[in-house]
Amino acid sequence: MKKVERVLELENVTMQFGGVVAVDSFSMHVDAGEIVALIGPNGAGKTTAFNVITGVYQPTNGNVKMRGKIIAQGHPTGKMKKLYAGTHIGEYGKLISNTPDKITEMGVARTFQNIRLFKNMTVLENVLVAHHMRLKTGLLGSILHLNMHEERRIRQESLDLLEMLGLGNVANEKASSLPYGKQRYLEIARALATGPRLLLLDEPAAGMNPQETDELSDFIRDIKEKFNLTVFLIEHHMNLVMDISDRIYVLDFGKMIAEGTPQEIQDNPAVIAAYLGGDDE
Amino acid sequence: MTMNAKRNMQVKKVNPSNLIAAAIIAAVYVVVFVLEQIMPPTSMLFTVLKKGAVYALVAVSMNLLNGFTGLFSLGQAGFMLIGAYTYGILTIPVAQRAAVYQYYDGGLVQFAMPVIPAMILAGLVAAVFALLIGMPVLRLKSDYLAIATLGFAEIIRSIFQWDKLGKLTNGSNMLRLFPSFNDFNIKNANGEVVVYLSTLVPFIITGVCVALVVMLLHSSYGRAFMAIRDDEISAEAMGINLAKHKQQAFCISSFFAGVGGAMLAMYSNSVQAKSFTSAMTYEILLIVVIGGIGSVTGSCLSSFLFVACSEWWLRFLDQKQMIGSWEVPLLRNGFRLVVFSVIIMVVVLFFRQGIMGTKELPDLFRKKKKASEAGKEGAAK
Repeated sequence: MKKVERVLELENVTMQFGGVVAVDSFSMHVDAGEIVALIGPNGAGKTTAFNVITGVYQPTNGNVKMRGKIIAQGHPTGKMKKLYAGTHIGEYGKLISNTPDKITEMGVARTFQNIRLFKNMTVLENVLVAHHMRLKTGLLGSILHLNMHEERRIRQESLDLLEMLGLGNVANEKASSLPYGKQRYLEIARALATGPRLLLLDEPAAGMNPQETDELSDFIRDIKEKFNLTVFLIEHHMNLVMDISDRIYVLDFGKMIAEGTPQEIQDNPAVIAAYLGGDDE
Repeated sequence: MTMNAKRNMQVKKVNPSNLIAAAIIAAVYVVVFVLEQIMPPTSMLFTVLKKGAVYALVAVSMNLLNGFTGLFSLGQAGFMLIGAYTYGILTIPVAQRAAVYQYYDGGLVQFAMPVIPAMILAGLVAAVFALLIGMPVLRLKSDYLAIATLGFAEIIRSIFQWDKLGKLTNGSNMLRLFPSFNDFNIKNANGEVVVYLSTLVPFIITGVCVALVVMLLHSSYGRAFMAIRDDEISAEAMGINLAKHKQQAFCISSFFAGVGGAMLAMYSNSVQAKSFTSAMTYEILLIVVIGGIGSVTGSCLSSFLFVACSEWWLRFLDQKQMIGSWEVPLLRNGFRLVVFSVIIMVVVLFFRQGIMGTKELPDLFRKKKKASEAGKEGAAK
């Protein structure tokens, strides 16, 4: 059997802000071609975990690997030495961090929980921005428009992408003038334009009605196939999560309380307790 | 003025609105040239046009930073000063140096450069300063960045007046006798002016620089700058290196501020560090705000309006005026500034978007689309 590539791996990641442990020694992995979901009640640390993966935060302890290569690693330093409340201390020596733009270059694209489009730019320009990091022309060449060929190519690619995602007819509208649902799709389009291997979706169905949510699950499966992606998503809509996920991780108060297939998670008493407020702490 | 770039932009499909805009710009240049030949060169109009051209360039450079990259910087006067001094120091004719640097044994520099290379160098030196100051300062956000850059401009102003640097900067004395706008006029053997170019040339220099800025804004880098302005966090998530791109925007803006400084030196025939006050930066900021933050056309238009109001149209308010035998009250020296301030307040209160908002010249001629969009905006309010 062919060995499946491990696209993303978190090893004992702890993220602590002052005395608050947002993510507590969280280990997980996503293999190539999988759709993996991260669920949990509000404030469980899901978005924090995303921010650690995308380089917004450096982990307080533990490391993050992309295809076997460590892209972020941390151990408590300075004041945090005394405050640190997690485990696995001393296992992660060297401090490694990458800024979010570097992580994006490595093939990780993300969307945001509260949509963050470039509001004053057109839909097309929003997608064009994603091509900027792979631009071959330097600053001076760009100013003098010596790269008309390249510019035309990325314009065409962007238009094709928008067409494919059903945004072709609004390419020249301002991003902020789109209806809410389309803005969500535009965010995904923009993320796809960076040419990712791994797509991180932070609550893609937030604010969508059941029908739109159904369309979204087909859509995610669709782009996964078309763009040969691996998908890791945070979501609250259980129907969507159970429908499309290969595996699910459940966080509660920063700790992972369960991991497994959708069926296993649905039957897991700890998960039910966390969601329904059972009496196990 | 911005249209040279616009013209180049539309290689694929020439938009009629761009053509109209280009025609208007070309017409402006022709009118300036013709007026200069037929009107007396001492007319106030030319003072306004020259100074307006200088301020237009500096305002556009500031707009590039504040309006298009979202970096609130107030260092413009500092970079203009650097540009003006670089230009002055490099272009004073060798024969005149002894007279200019009379307290410093003729100064350190003993060569003179042609005008255009000196102007480009003026921009480059300003850009190098921007690179150095940008490294620590650009980590700061909004107001803090404004304070730091304002501080930088004030420090530069003091340093250039420092006695110990006198051999280079002439201390607190002014630099003068370098080529000015009037030297662009073409003279015959008897020293009589045949073709007046002293207004057209600054227009052309500003035109070329502004065109470059417009071309930048229409390039991938321009889009990256605007993405940073709209949302830093998601720009970074799109793979845009924030530090690098902010630094680039800062240096480019300072380059053009430096060139603008050199032009200001040519306009005023002399350079003195103490005239590059923070008030100058505020004037330029005001021009940018009145023109519309995020509109190159707006910055250009409003700089001419601003200069015309402050130097020319409101002058009559400073003198006693008689209507028939009735003396108009309140008019006396300084009243102009009162009226001027009131006008600015009215503009800021009632035209919050400035004259142009974020529109550019060709946008004014796109009829259908704009009308429907304007309707939408109105409904949103």
